[in-house]
Amino acid sequence: MNLKVELLNDILVATFSGDIDHHSSTLIRQGIDREFLSKGGRHIIFDFKNVTFMDSAGIGVIIGRYKNTKYKSGRCFAVNVSESILRIFKLSGLSTIIESADSLDDAVEKIRGQR
Amino acid sequence: MFTNEMNVSFSAISENEIFARLCVTGFVSCLDPDLEDLNDIKTSVSEAVTNSIIHGYENCEGIVYINCKISDRKIIIQIEDRGKGIKDIKKAMEPLYTSKPFFERAGMGFTVMEAFMDKVEVFSKEGEGTRVLMEKTI
Repeated sequence: MNLKVELLNDILVATFSGDIDHHSSTLIRQGIDREFLSKGGRHIIFDFKNVTFMDSAGIGVIIGRYKNTKYKSGRCFAVNVSESILRIFKLSGLSTIIESADSLDDAVEKIRGQR
Repeated sequence: MFTNEMNVSFSAISENEIFARLCVTGFVSCLDPDLEDLNDIKTSVSEAVTNSIIHGYENCEGIVYINCKISDRKIIIQIEDRGKGIKDIKKAMEPLYTSKPFFERAGMGFTVMEAFMDKVEVFSKEGEGTRVLMEKTI
């Protein structure tokens, strides 16, 4: 599991690759929170393009980060979600609170344009 | 009738979660399952093994045991720990219930297993351990 965290002004883009499970969730949580809280992040976009697997540990990670964006009146997006991960999103109700967009650029545009 | 069996045991540490799910999916691949079935099995194994590590052994030393049987197209997976056991199985299996909310656990482990497998049964005794039995016909 690799995590790349990038800050575009107040939008944090978290790009994962590999498996998201209980083991990797600790690293993801720490990696995102450190940047988000110390560098003035307000919104988060999760890019799942290179995620090969996610179990319910991923749900906890996403809900936790979603709450952090809400404290700052920010928005939370997931992009490039595969069919198998979408099933976990639907089963857990994540799909009702996390916004979706066609691409990373589309999510950035939606946040910037307040769409 | 085609039958096959596999047993594996390993340390209850989070590094082994990936090993456990790849081990079981590797074993069942002789049935040539499609990607969706394979992913269902992979996810359910990951949930049960994670439960043993976090809840059974509470991140302390222990061994997780996996027994996997194939009978024709039916896959029977048993994941067992000799940890603290579950006091109230019914409650533990409720969606969104977690005994560890501070660790950002979603409480969806059993719900995922039940959604992805044909049958899930939990046997547990406080102080002795827990065994999760899952079945799926592909």
